[in-house]
Amino acid sequence: MKTRRIDNYGKINRDKILSFRWDKKNYKGFEGDTLASALLANNIGIVGRSFKYHRPRGIFSSGVEESGALVTIGSKDRRDPNVRATTQELYNGLEASGQNAFPNVNFDLAGINNYLGRFFAAGFYYKTFMGIPPLEWGKGTAIWMFFEKFIRKAAGMGSASGLPDPDTYEHAHDFCDLIVVGSGPAGVAAAIEAAEKKLDVILVEQDSLIGGNQLAENDFDNSQIKNQLENLGIKIMTRTTAFGLYDNCVVGLLERVTDHISEPNVNIPRQRFWTIRAKHIIVGAGAIERHIAFNNNDIPGVMTVNASKHYLNRYGVLTGKRIVITTNNDSVYETANQLSEAGANVTVLDSRTNLEIETNKSFEIRKGYVPYNINGSKKIDSLDISKSETINKSETINCDQVLLSGGWSPAVHLLSHRGVKPKWDYNNACFLPSDTKENITIVGSSRGLWNKNDCIASGIAGTTDALNRLGLSKTNYFFPKPGGWKNPIQPLYEVKYKKSRSKSFVDYQHDVTTDDVRLAHREGFISVEHLKRYTTLGMANDQGKMGNIIGLSLMAELLNKEIPEVGTTVFRPPYTPVSIGALSGRNVGKHFRPLRVTPMHQWNIDHGAKMIEVGLYQRPWYYPKENETLNDSYIREASTVRKTVGICDVTSLGKIAIQGPGSTEFLNRIYSNGFSKLQVGKARYGIMLRDDGIVMDDGTSWRLAENEYFMTTSTGEAAKVMSRLEELLQTRWTDLNVNVTSVSEQWAGVSVAGPKSREVLNNCVDDSLVITNNNLPFMGVTSTFLKGNIPCRIARISFSGELAFEVYVKSDFANTMMDLLWENAKKYDGCLYGLEALGALRVEKGHVTAAELDGRVTIDDAGLSKMASTKKSYIGSAMRKRGVLKNNDREILVGFFPTNLKETFNAGTIVCEKNNIKGQGIGRITSVTYSPELGHWIGLGFVKGGLDKWKDTNLVGADPVRNKQMNLKVVSPNMIDPKGERMYA
Amino acid sequence: MIRINCPYCGERDHSEFSYGGDATINYPSLDASEKEWTEAIFFRKNIKGFQFETWHHSNGCRMWLVVERSTVTHEIKSIKPCHPDLQKVVKNNK
Repeated sequence: MKTRRIDNYGKINRDKILSFRWDKKNYKGFEGDTLASALLANNIGIVGRSFKYHRPRGIFSSGVEESGALVTIGSKDRRDPNVRATTQELYNGLEASGQNAFPNVNFDLAGINNYLGRFFAAGFYYKTFMGIPPLEWGKGTAIWMFFEKFIRKAAGMGSASGLPDPDTYEHAHDFCDLIVVGSGPAGVAAAIEAAEKKLDVILVEQDSLIGGNQLAENDFDNSQIKNQLENLGIKIMTRTTAFGLYDNCVVGLLERVTDHISEPNVNIPRQRFWTIRAKHIIVGAGAIERHIAFNNNDIPGVMTVNASKHYLNRYGVLTGKRIVITTNNDSVYETANQLSEAGANVTVLDSRTNLEIETNKSFEIRKGYVPYNINGSKKIDSLDISKSETINKSETINCDQVLLSGGWSPAVHLLSHRGVKPKWDYNNACFLPSDTKENITIVGSSRGLWNKNDCIASGIAGTTDALNRLGLSKTNYFFPKPGGWKNPIQPLYEVKYKKSRSKSFVDYQHDVTTDDVRLAHREGFISVEHLKRYTTLGMANDQGKMGNIIGLSLMAELLNKEIPEVGTTVFRPPYTPVSIGALSGRNVGKHFRPLRVTPMHQWNIDHGAKMIEVGLYQRPWYYPKENETLNDSYIREASTVRKTVGICDVTSLGKIAIQGPGSTEFLNRIYSNGFSKLQVGKARYGIMLRDDGIVMDDGTSWRLAENEYFMTTSTGEAAKVMSRLEELLQTRWTDLNVNVTSVSEQWAGVSVAGPKSREVLNNCVDDSLVITNNNLPFMGVTSTFLKGNIPCRIARISFSGELAFEVYVKSDFANTMMDLLWENAKKYDGCLYGLEALGALRVEKGHVTAAELDGRVTIDDAGLSKMASTKKSYIGSAMRKRGVLKNNDREILVGFFPTNLKETFNAGTIVCEKNNIKGQGIGRITSVTYSPELGHWIGLGFVKGGLDKWKDTNLVGADPVRNKQMNLKVVSPNMIDPKGERMYA
Repeated sequence: MIRINCPYCGERDHSEFSYGGDATINYPSLDASEKEWTEAIFFRKNIKGFQFETWHHSNGCRMWLVVERSTVTHEIKSIKPCHPDLQKVVKNNK
């Protein structure tokens, strides 16, 4: 093949020379080139190696359907593999290289695979390496897993950089009345018509220029159209692909913002991921020219006819000297005229014998001929041709290029995303879009319209359809009939090679041949979905845009059926690949998910806190003094709380204001324990069940006034509890007059715990009388003031088992409160404590958290039977004793000690009987800690039958994950101060 | 993406909402039998076509809604607040 740039052709800017590198060599192109056109202009024919056989591959197309010229762009952390050279715009300094080849695409050592072709037919690897007898009998797929990594390496495309992506991406949103996909004649006509009818219109074009396939015409100039569109206020989005249609007229777009710029501004994103919410969608996505399967139809120099026209008229590149065009339809003759006018020697093989065609007579037409075999390996030497009636080699034509047109496939992909199956049109040998009730209209050659005037008419009709469906007009309209060629197309998908072992490619990108399709049929993979998965036909980047129909036709022939009976696979989004970066947008690194911090977050950090994530919240984990480890620190903190006093940020607890005359009744229904007699100024610990009787959450509710409560929930369940309360009030108990408001963000909370906590608090409140034991007994609540006139709520609540208080102030006062408390706590040698010490303290007391209340546990399982009222009904009361929930051998909450007190264990340990260490055992350990008070490790967990059954038995803790085992004894979960004397002090 | 026309906030993406469940269940009274509750909680229809279901506008006005949606096409036929008093208020505003 000899490809070259010629004068007086193309819309490239020849004044602007761009230099680029291809496989480590320097080349030049022009502004307006794609990488593919620049490579062709530099007479580079081989741009890649094929997926399995490592055959040399060239450029097959000029657009998104490209399945040969997949290259790697950029280097290092900006390496982008599997980019279609045909859609990559050239820029100064662009660096590109071929893929799947070593050392390079011109000389590839793995090219030997081509000669071992019979080993690489569909399913070869699985058949050969999976379950190799007798090695793998009964052993699963271990050997396959071993070989797989080598196989995967040998086959394939480019590889990702493996480095973090340095670029930024953005998510963007927009709304419009009408979105038009495609800026060909139909799309533009639709957009103009709609804008003139006062619709708000977005026009989307995947190319850098508007015009669609008109860009392949030699006299096309889009500047006037562009002005007209802009003057009408249409938002034009070029370099933007509508990759998917979704429910309710939502369209996903990918805008390539800087992929065509050599040194982009770092402050703008590389790509934008758009979500467009439209009222109506018009799709004018065009049609894609198919190739024809015959032997060696993949030799570099093979191209679609329309691609050649594109390269000539848009890029000024003549793709061959002696060109054979093979066709079964009329669409090629304008191209044949122009190629011969441009200086090529052109021969057209038309499979049809009867046809009338007007040409400029500068080339020969061989009617009734089809391509049979290409001679050559890295380039085309000649083409063997055959009569179309009896297939056999009849003569050989010397040529350096073979252009193919096997007909056109309307781009029905976007409609397929909506679950609309296309229908087969026998007259035009293609799938056409079916009608849909959704607000989507298909126009132009996507409807199978082959000439421009029909396309324009369909665009206007499409907008009328849109206006009618939107209720804005009631105008009659009609769409032109599909077709538009003078001579009917003659179906031609494959020219069968007489000799054995042909390489007639159906799907170039995955090296799927006609023989593979026949093999799939022989082995019973006859449904299209099976055919696709067995041969990988239609997978990968191009998603079978060129080859799918050929594969279907072959299967139809083998099954003696018609193509529509065989069906078509469903196209799913995306239409063309979308980078992962664009999908994640800005949600990367620290922005991967929202971050919640408490109002004293910075205060905590300033005072030495190491933070830990709890749900979305950042909470203080521990406050190490110098050289302290986590263990050192939490043990010191927990000991200090038991000895004197500690302060802990508990703001992340959920907080809900419950107000209204029905509040007491409401709480009485949602909590398992009674709330009807709770006095004003008192708080109560409560448990909520789900409808099915399982524990949902626990927390406290404080009665602030007759009809006002302040509820706290666990950190993790806060949002769920809030939604649940709203659901009950809005759907089930609509007669209750209660209002619930989330006040989690409004209040900052802190726990002051330890024997000295009252003294500390005494120094911090205005009126120290309010927190005496009499005035604020255990579970008492008061609203008072911290020094400095800061309103606060204090409840005497204990999670640690010590004398303790929870103090809440408005979030704005959080730091002031912390300063005040800390200043006074220091006077008693107090400490700040974090989540780890909090955990140690609560495990010692046998208090449950989410680790225990895991959605499988009943009140009785958690050892909280006393919390289940027998005097009233509440949510879950009917169900909490159902079926298996009343079994005697339920796992019940217990404490665990290692028998040898020097031993440790981990959460997740499986508890087993001594001589029966297997399976799920008889229980599990859910939380562990070192107990500073007891001086050894302790655990909380569950065991079948509970403490009574096992209290004198030696059990075994099995930890197969850590390869550990230890002897255990079961103890009461309430391991410290079981009578609660400290709490009531 | 399903677009849900919240009677209070207007048409929004479904990602602003949380799915609730079957809106046609009459939950038994709290003192009803285990059998009645079992029926209400565990025995659900698997409808092909339009069904009434609850959605919570959790990232919006926090209203619980009854949405009549096709499980086949996601088409939404009707939307109203669950709470009868809210239904009246929304109606009066329109």
